[in-house]
This record gives sequence, C-alpha cells and structure tokens, in this order.
Amino acid sequence: MTLAELLAERPVLLADGATGTNLFDMGLTSGDAPDMWNLEKPDNIRKLHQSFVDAGSDIILTNTFGSNARRLMLHKAEDQAYELNKAGAELAREIADAAGRPVVVAGSVGPTGDLFAPLGELTAEAAVDVFAVQMEGLKAGGADVAWIETMSASEEMQAAATAARNVGLPYVITASFDTAGRTMMGIKPSTFASEMMSGPEINDDERPTAVGGNCGVGASDTLLAILSMTEAEPNAVIVCKANAGIPVVKGEHVHYSGSPELMADYAGLAINAGARIIGGCCGTKPEHLMAMRAAIDAHIQGDRPSLDEIVAACGPLANPPTDKSDNPPPRKGRRRRA
Amino acid sequence: MADDEDDIILSELNNEELVEQMHQDLYDGLKDEIEEGVNILLGRDWAPYKVLTEALVEGMRIVGIDFRDGILFVPEVLLAANAMKAGMAILRPLLIESGAPRQGRIVTGTVKGDIHDIGKNLVGMMMEGAGFEVIDLGINTDVDQFLAAIDEHKPDMLGMSALLTTTMPYMKVVIDTLKEKGIRDDMIVLVGGAPLNEDFAMAVGADAYCRDAAVAVETAKELMARKHNKLASA
Repeated sequence: MTLAELLAERPVLLADGATGTNLFDMGLTSGDAPDMWNLEKPDNIRKLHQSFVDAGSDIILTNTFGSNARRLMLHKAEDQAYELNKAGAELAREIADAAGRPVVVAGSVGPTGDLFAPLGELTAEAAVDVFAVQMEGLKAGGADVAWIETMSASEEMQAAATAARNVGLPYVITASFDTAGRTMMGIKPSTFASEMMSGPEINDDERPTAVGGNCGVGASDTLLAILSMTEAEPNAVIVCKANAGIPVVKGEHVHYSGSPELMADYAGLAINAGARIIGGCCGTKPEHLMAMRAAIDAHIQGDRPSLDEIVAACGPLANPPTDKSDNPPPRKGRRRRA
Repeated sequence: MADDEDDIILSELNNEELVEQMHQDLYDGLKDEIEEGVNILLGRDWAPYKVLTEALVEGMRIVGIDFRDGILFVPEVLLAANAMKAGMAILRPLLIESGAPRQGRIVTGTVKGDIHDIGKNLVGMMMEGAGFEVIDLGINTDVDQFLAAIDEHKPDMLGMSALLTTTMPYMKVVIDTLKEKGIRDDMIVLVGGAPLNEDFAMAVGADAYCRDAAVAVETAKELMARKHNKLASA
C-alpha cells in the first residue's frame, strides 16, 4: 500500500523512532557509519525495524540516512551508495511485508553535508545525480516513498525533490528547524511549506506527498514549526518527527531526556496542531512509540495548541524564534560600483 | 537599494567614514570592497593590526551579534566571513612581519565519523576575524589526529564540532584521552554543533558549549582572559 493510499484511509499515521541512537544500544560506536550495518549486521537492522512495527508504526524509515556518495566518501564507501540503499530498503521491506497489516517503507535520504554553490562547491546538477543514485537503490530495494529529511537548504531540498521525480518515487520532505525557529540556512517553516506545496518551482502534479519538520532541538521547537506550517498550508499533509527531548550524557552513554509520557503528550499536541504523520527522531525508542500509538488511537481532537500549552507539556523552547529578521534595522544605502 | 543613489567612492571617505563603511560592507559580504578598503587604510599608513581590529574584527563583531540574535543566518554570515577572509589574506603576511599580538591559538576539527563542517568553518573564520590563530584539522578527525596537532601546535584551545547524534559522543572519547595523558588542563576545550547543549558539554568534560560561531568567539575571549588572569595571579 502506498503512503497516499494509507493517508486516504486514516486521519493520522504513526511513523517510527530513532535509528542512530537505537543502534548505539546494539553496539554501534560513535563515529561509525550506521548505514554500513545494512550489509555488515543486517540482523540488527531487522531487529530495529521489527521493534518499531511491534510498537505500532505505520511507516518505517530505512537505515540509509547517510547513504549518499558525498557522505559515504568519509568511510571510503562512495562506490557503495546504490548497494547500501538497496540493501537497506530490502531489510525494511522484508519486515513491513511480514507485519500482517499495511506498513509503508520510507527510504531515508539525509543531506549531503555540503554547501551549494556559490557558497560551496556542490552544484545543483551534481546533487541531483548524488540523490538519484541513492533513490534508485531505495526503489530497487522496494521503498514505497523517498523520505527526504533533516534538510536546511532550499537548493538541496529542490535537488532531492528533482531526483525523486526523475527516479519515479513519491516523496516526503522534512526540514530541521533548529536555529531561532528556522533552518540553519534561515528558512522559516511557513516559507518552506509554501515553497513545496504551492511554489512555482514544482509542478502541481509533482509535489511532495507530505512536508514537515524533523529532528531540530526538541519537541516544543518542532511543534511550533508545525503550527506555522499548518497555518500556511492548511491542506497539506504535515509530518512531525521531533526528538525525544534533548541529549544528556549518563556515564558512557547518551540518552534523550523525553519520557514516553512526554512523547504521548507531544503526539496529541502534534495532531491538534494539524500534523497527520507523527513520529520521533533522535532518542525515540520503541517504548516512546508505544505510548504515542496509544495516544494517537485514543485522541480526541482538540484546539490548535498555544505556545504556553506546548511549553507546559514538552518543556521550554530550546532555540526560540526571533521576529527581528522580518523587520531588519534601518541600514544606510548601499553603494553600487560605477 | 535605489539606483539613483550616489556611488560611494571609498578612497574619498575619511578614515572614520571608511571604517564605518567597511563594517557595512562586511555585513553585506562585499569581498572586493573589503579588499579595497584594507588597501586604502594600509596606504594611509595604518598599522596592519589597527586595520584588523578596527575595520575587520569590529565589523565581524557586529555580524556575530546579529547571527547570535537570529537576524542573520548561515548564508549571510558565510558571505561576510568570506569578505573578512579576503581582507585577512592581505593583512596576514604583514601581521606576521610586524609581530602583532594574537588572542591565542585554537586547534579545531569535526569529530570522527562526521562530515559536517559548515558551522566549524564559520567558527574558524570568525575566530580568525577576532584575532585568533586557527589550525583546522578538517572533518572526520580522530583522537590521534587531535593529539598530534596538540603536540605540534601547543594550542591554548581545542574546538570540536559534531552535527550528528551518532558522532557527538566522540567528543567524550577525545576529552577522556586528554585526561588520561594528563594534558586536559593544558587547554580550554570548546564544543559545538546542532544536537549539543550546555549540559551535554559539561557531561563530556568540555569547558564550554558554544551555541554558534558568535558565541564561540565571545566564549573564547572570555576564557582566554580568565586563563591569563589565573596565570598572572599564580
């Protein structure tokens, strides 16, 4: 079943939890590429997907967040991009098909880590090629949808979206709103949602299935971004996939501060804010998802939450928005060279 | 801006106006104008260190404040830092020649397994803009590379960056190794990156968490001043 079909059947879908931080619990060490486990330790990846399916996820993301050639260079595995993505999608497909209910396989596509020209070296054409190789692998492995996530630059989102269309996969795009309510590159949630859902860069029949926010700096900050997106594009399917609180160090390990109860409250607030696909990013374990599943199933639609309600349930904003850049201070005239 | 505005001819401005214009040009990331301004001031017999501090460092300080306050974002700050770098390229050999004072020396790197260096590069450029000497080890830096650089350069500070949940714990690996070797207290350790926070920085044993490049520069200056005071009173 495709993501669009499942969305037509149900008002709200539960996505999955964290990949990297859960793989730590299975022995991944800091600095290693989680993606290599698709080939080296496939049973651990199966186990991760199964734990999400058992917790009630309707959508599971492949372990391919960093499987683009630009990032794989770091592990001297840039030639394995197609293979790693195909293997990653096959593992998730296998678990989804055995679930006994519809589970969508979403092929995770993360950023390249490179700056686009003219600020950096990467051209739009080269980026489309990099993403296309990754998505060809995901499609061959059985992914239902390309899940482009943790984005911050508009050029990179457009490149990934173009690649998905070229490869022939439906796609979802979510950005990380971690800097004063915007992405690192300064994009507001409402601007992002409108660019994707009604902007001139994309034809109407080629728009993403859903847009939204993921990762970022905490559940409250991401919920605020969701409110801004649902206000700007009330008809769009919006994804909310926030971190389970903030990272804290306990002994040798990194934990996330959010409890299952907090994530259950967060799921309810996300629905009230207008999100239709809800999941967790870093730090979200199966026990969080189980609590979120129960909260979604028992949810009674409420009013759009205020910032105060969000903060009361999920904690203070980690990096509050500023409206100053909407009204920049008056500046003197700029000269033009003759 | 309106095209009918009169062009500003940099060389016709007096020193005070020129420096103020350079602050604006840095803010707008105008590289050619910054190079021209630096050369004009040098031509008026300004000491290279005076050009650095009054035109470039002060200009970047203003950029840093607006970055910290969410008025400017990474693209604008990168353009400003690139303009600053162009000015620095002219000044650097002259500064070395004239033995100008330095704020301190910092070794930076994105930790092992992490490719993200946009923030770290910004920190480097803004640190340099503030008068620090920066030795950048690039991306995917393992503990042996950090140790070798510390041994070679004897830095006052170590700056580590990570953007991924899967790589940020590596900062603890590096700091624990510094402790084992008994050299942790020889330097100030600054950490930064999107998923980090203050408590995380304290828990891994860093001296400070720097939310962004502007905060990194402020923190570095403050901790260096404290270090000097401590040495002076010891």
